[in-house]
Amino acid sequence: MIELIDICRTFAVGGQEVRAMDHVSLTIGAGEYLSIMGPSGSGKSTLLNIIGLLDTPNSGTYSLDGRDVTSLRDEELAAMRSLKIGFIFQFFHLIPRFTATENIELPLMLAGVPIKRRRERSAALIDSFGLGNRRHHHPDELSGGQRQRVAIARAVINQPAVLLADEPTGNLDRSSGAEIIELLEELNQGGQTLVIVTHDPEIGERAGRRVRVVDGRLASDSGG
Amino acid sequence: MRPLDTVRYGLSSLGSNRVRTALMLLAMSIGVAAVVLLTGIGNGARLYIVDKFAALGTNLVIVIPGRSETANNTPATLIGETPRDLTLEDALATMRSELVHRVAPLNIGELNAVRQGRERQVPVLGTTAAFLDIHHLNIARGASLPEEDWDIARPVCVLGSKVYQELFGREPALGELIRLGGYRCRVVGVLATEGRSLGFDTQELVIVPVAFAQMLFNTSGLFRILVEGKDLQSLARLKKHIVGTIANRHYGEEDVTIITQDSILATFDKILRSMTLTVAGIAAISLVVAGILIMNVMLMSVAQRTAEIGLCKALGGTRGHIMMMLVCEALLLSTIGGILGLLLGFAGAWGIAQIYPELTTTPPLWAVAAAMAVALGTGLIFSLLPAGRAARLDPIRALARH
Ligand SMILES: Nc1ncnc2c1ncn2[C@@H]1O[C@H](COP(=O)(O)OP(=O)(O)OP(=O)(O)O)[C@@H](O)[C@H]1O
Ligand SMILES: [Mg+2]
Repeated sequence: MIELIDICRTFAVGGQEVRAMDHVSLTIGAGEYLSIMGPSGSGKSTLLNIIGLLDTPNSGTYSLDGRDVTSLRDEELAAMRSLKIGFIFQFFHLIPRFTATENIELPLMLAGVPIKRRRERSAALIDSFGLGNRRHHHPDELSGGQRQRVAIARAVINQPAVLLADEPTGNLDRSSGAEIIELLEELNQGGQTLVIVTHDPEIGERAGRRVRVVDGRLASDSGG
Repeated sequence: MRPLDTVRYGLSSLGSNRVRTALMLLAMSIGVAAVVLLTGIGNGARLYIVDKFAALGTNLVIVIPGRSETANNTPATLIGETPRDLTLEDALATMRSELVHRVAPLNIGELNAVRQGRERQVPVLGTTAAFLDIHHLNIARGASLPEEDWDIARPVCVLGSKVYQELFGREPALGELIRLGGYRCRVVGVLATEGRSLGFDTQELVIVPVAFAQMLFNTSGLFRILVEGKDLQSLARLKKHIVGTIANRHYGEEDVTIITQDSILATFDKILRSMTLTVAGIAAISLVVAGILIMNVMLMSVAQRTAEIGLCKALGGTRGHIMMMLVCEALLLSTIGGILGLLLGFAGAWGIAQIYPELTTTPPLWAVAAAMAVALGTGLIFSLLPAGRAARLDPIRALARH
C-alpha cells in the first residue's frame, strides 16, 4: 500500500546540500509492523515525514493506496493525512489549553465532524485506552505515558490505515515506554500498518520487519 | 472545520493569554469609544447650535446694503459707485405687506458711555422695540424703547445688565441721565441678565431708538434691517417682496443682500457636520493603531504557537483552516473590543449629558456602525499577514521546535 521508488530529499543548509534521502525505494504492505533504526542524522525522520505526507521528496515517486501522491495540492495532501495517516511524536505535541478529550478530537474538529459524533468516538477510545478518569484533564496534569496515550488516541481517532511513530518512547521511562509499544502493537494486530522510528534496539527487534537507514540509504531490510 | 469550532478555538486561544488579550481589547475598545464619544459630542454641539438658531425664529430675513453676488456688470459697479444706503424709509416701506410680521431697523457702533466720572466703551445699538421682541430680550426694570414714529430721535436708552452695573453699581438707574457720545440720554430700562444672542453679549449693550443712533453716529444709513415674516412657508415670497420694494425705491437697482436665518442655519449645519466627521476620522486613526497592535501581537502569538500550528497541519488541517482560525481570532478580538468600546462610549456620552444637560450626546447611528465596521475591518486586514505567515509554516520545522 505504501510504495516509495527512488526517493531523494536534499536540504540546502548554508549553501551546502545535505542529502537526507538518497535514492530510497521501499514498499510496505497493509498491516505490516516495521521499525526504522539507524544513527542520528541518518534520515529516519525524513523518511517517516515523506511517508506521512508532511514532506515532499525532490525526486522519485510515492504512491499511497495505489494513488500517486508526489504532486498533490495542499488541500488534497491535508485530506490524505486526515483520512489515512496517524502521527505519533516523541514530544507528544498536545495542545496545553485543551483537555484530553479535546486533544483527542482535534483531527475530527479539523475535518468538520459535529461535536456530538466527536464525543461518541472519543469516549469509546478514552475508555479502551484506560484514560476514563482523565478525560477532562489538561496535558500538564497527565503523566508522560498518559500524554502519549492521548496522542495515540488522537492519531487513531480517524481510523487511519497507517500509524507513524517517531521515537514514541524517546521521552518516556522504560516501563511506560513498554506500555506504549504494547498499545501500538495491539493496534497493529487490529490491522493498522505500524511504522516506528526508534533508537532502542530492544523495541526495534520486536517489529516484524526491521529497516536500517545509514546516510540516507537503506543499509539493511529484514523483509520486503 | 465548522464555524462554531473555529470560534471556540479562537476563544480558547485568546483565553490562554489573558493579559495580552486584555491589552488588545483595551486598545480596540478605546478606539471605538473615542469614535462614538467624539461624534456624539460633535453631533450634540451641532444640534445645540441649530436649536439655538431655530429659537431665534427661522422666518427671520436680514437685509444688508450692497450686493454680495458677483453682479459685476451693473452700471453702478461699472462707474465705481458705492451701493446706496439703506434708510429708515426703506425699512418702513418693507413693512407694507401682509407677509410681514414685524420689522426692526438696525444701526450699531461703539461709543463712550459716561456717568459721574465712570466711563466705558460700549457697543450701541440703534433700533426699535420690535428688535427686543424678535430676539426675545426681556426687560428687568423699567420699560422697553418707546413705541412711536421711528424718526423721532428721543434721547433715551435701555442698558444691558453689565453696563448698568458698571455705570451705576447698585444705585437705581431708571430716569437717570448718562452721556453717550456727545449727547445726554435718559435711562428708561435695564435688560434682564440673560445669554448671548448672535455674536453680541446682550449684557454689554446699550440700546437706543434708531433715529437717535443715526444722530449719534452721524449717518442716515442703516447697518441692516431685520424683517420677520408671518410664517416660514411664505419666506420666498417675502424675500421677493423686500428686494422688489427696495429696488423700487432705489431706481430699479437691486442693491441689497438678503440673508435668511435658514441659510445661516444650513451653513452652520454643514460646518458642524464636517467638523464631526473630521473628529470621527481622527478618532478612527486610533482604531487603526489598535489594528497594528493586533497585528504585532498576533505575529508574536503565531511565533509562540508554531508547534500547535504545525500539529494542526499534520492532523489534516489545510492552509485555509489555519488562515481561518487566526483571522477568526482577530475578528473575535475586534468584535468584543468593539462592543466594549460601544458600551464605554455610550457610558461616556451619558456621563457628559449628565454634566451638560442641554447637550444631546447620543452618538448618531452611522457613527456607531462606522466605528464597528472600522474595528472589524482593521481586525481583518491586520490579521491577514500573521495568518498568512502561519498558514505557510512548514509543519516539520514547526513540530521540530518544541
Ligand atoms: N529542515 C531541514 N533543514 C536542513 N537540514 C535538515 C532538515 N531536516 C533534516 N535535515 C538534515 O537531514 C539529515 C537527516 O535528518 P533526520 O531528521 O531525518 O535524521 P534522523 O535520522 O531522524 O536523526 P535523529 O535520530 O537524530 O532524529 C540530517 O543531516 C539533518 O541535519
Ligand atoms: Mg529524527
